Amino acid sequence: MLMRAYRWLFPHPLLTLLLALIWILLQNEFSAGMAVFGLILGVLIPRLTAVWWPDRPVRFHLGNMATYLIIVLWDILVANVQVAWIVLTKPNSKLRPAWIIIPLELRQPEAISVLAGTITLTPGTVSADLSDEGHSLLVHVLHTDDPDSVRDEIKDRYERRLKEIF
Amino acid sequence: MTLEVIGIYAVGICLLIGAAFALIGTIGLLKFNDSMTRLHAPTKVGTIGIGALLLASMIHSYVFAEGSLHELLIMAFLFVTAPISANFIAKVNIHKRTCDTPPAPPQDDTWSTLNVPEADREIAKAD
Repeated sequence: MLMRAYRWLFPHPLLTLLLALIWILLQNEFSAGMAVFGLILGVLIPRLTAVWWPDRPVRFHLGNMATYLIIVLWDILVANVQVAWIVLTKPNSKLRPAWIIIPLELRQPEAISVLAGTITLTPGTVSADLSDEGHSLLVHVLHTDDPDSVRDEIKDRYERRLKEIF
Repeated sequence: MTLEVIGIYAVGICLLIGAAFALIGTIGLLKFNDSMTRLHAPTKVGTIGIGALLLASMIHSYVFAEGSLHELLIMAFLFVTAPISANFIAKVNIHKRTCDTPPAPPQDDTWSTLNVPEADREIAKAD
């Protein structure tokens, strides 16, 4: 009974916390009243919008997500410098763009969106499309000599970690 | 060296890094000659360019005024929304066939952008 009430009130506990945090950051100063109001919003908004996301992920590892974020931020830094180098030094004729197909093992829509977002955010790769039944992801690479190694790196570096998170 | 001097240098360096990456992104946008490769240039501006500029703003606010954390939110919203617009542009390119048509996926029938319902095939061809 208590569990059901909890589930009804907090359909998505992490979203509640996230909304409260965003509210506090929006205020740009911390006070107890603001934190309470943020929590109220954090309870109300997930409750009112619960109808639109019936299949939320059941388990979600916050710790793994934190390491994942740090890895992605580092990769963004490194890839930025690499792509800047390509932009400044490679003439167009020597550029070898390629389509890469990544067979997906992830099944949850949330996990696939995070993977696609990560691929786009790291410069040099843009996720372009999903196959009609969601078993492969189409990625465009700016410059590569070995498309297979890029695919394996994305699978090993990001997808494997995302499988542990979701 | 006082804190303010260090702050000024840190802000200056961050601004320079941000501006440099914005410039490189723009050069890339002008230089590449294919619609898909062009798409790669702005993703760089959207991440490290804006990131460095926002970091400069944050350092400035902490050293010279009351601290501000709004920049973290800007960063977070940017990181969440930037891939979506990039994805839309890529989808338009595939749909209009302004780039090389991608190879078919190994398991499923086709890419979802190319998956035109039977009733609309004639219209799609006329495009």
